[in-house]
Amino acid sequence: MEILEIIKQPWPWYIAGPLVGLTVPALLLIGNKSFGISASLRHTCAMCLPANIAFFKYDWKKEIWNMFFVFGILLGGVIAFQFLSNPDPILINDNLKTELSTYGITSIYGMLPEQLFSWESLFTLKGFFMMVIGGFFIGFGSRYAGGCTSGHSISGLSNLQLPSLIATCCFFIGGLIMANFILPFILSL
Amino acid sequence: MQIKDQNTDFETRSLDTVCINESHLEHKWYHNLKYLIIGILFGIVFIKAEVISWYRIQEMFRFQSFHMYGIIGSAVVVGMLSIFIIKKFNIKTIYGEKIEFHDKTFNKGQIYGGLIFGLGWAVTGACPGPLFAQIGTGATVMIVTLLAAVAGTWIYGYFREKLPH
Repeated sequence: MEILEIIKQPWPWYIAGPLVGLTVPALLLIGNKSFGISASLRHTCAMCLPANIAFFKYDWKKEIWNMFFVFGILLGGVIAFQFLSNPDPILINDNLKTELSTYGITSIYGMLPEQLFSWESLFTLKGFFMMVIGGFFIGFGSRYAGGCTSGHSISGLSNLQLPSLIATCCFFIGGLIMANFILPFILSL
Repeated sequence: MQIKDQNTDFETRSLDTVCINESHLEHKWYHNLKYLIIGILFGIVFIKAEVISWYRIQEMFRFQSFHMYGIIGSAVVVGMLSIFIIKKFNIKTIYGEKIEFHDKTFNKGQIYGGLIFGLGWAVTGACPGPLFAQIGTGATVMIVTLLAAVAGTWIYGYFREKLPH
């Protein structure tokens, strides 16, 4: 049972990072697939509401592997949460903790602050910005950029693609602007 | 297994190389279960390394922790080495196909879209992969975020011709 106890602890970056990186050759070797996740959002559009838009008119059935892959990620979430959960509260940087407490976010537990991400807060202005507008930006931006963190930052950089490096830099610039300049405003709503 | 015609629809696909399906073989549906298994393992890594944590993403964008930089950095190094080895030794897939790589072409979408994506990434603390994993951990409200992301993708598709690329 000791091994299970070790697995239940949070994994360090030098274990997790290489495992994430190995997804790239794993998908190539088992079926010539390029690692990418945001494409699944496009396939969902093509499947459910193509609406005669050229961008969604393609044979999505050929891309069905991607839906299996993302459904697997969801199942992985279920398994890790049910069987491999670590009961201790998440350890976060003290400065972040202090900053969040100024916005009244004091319950640091689990992966997401419950005070921000919940069905109740969905219908507040803050919750709407964070969950709905935020989600919209993820979908719109990743497709506009031709990929997300997996397709560009991991797959693309691994294959030494300059456009992926440009996209990755822009992901970070956007993130820095949001986290440091816009998010404080949203959190104080 | 049948050899299918190569997809030549590069008009809509050239901007979106991630979406090019490179295998020309046709398999029964259950062959897709191997992607499900890779997905499960990947999802477990996401949770256990706290990649799906909103707090870790906030720390990253405030330079308060090395964790996420270490994960992305080491993932890229391992990915690079793997692709280098695959190319160098001309390694084939388990079905004996040649592994293909496609170069991405630059367009301004990578800048505009990238910036927009970054805004969404930092505010939700998730990119598309972690969204799926978060739903799996019981954060059901993230289904709304996922649907909003699908809506964003659809709106992009709708206005695509009018947007600068």
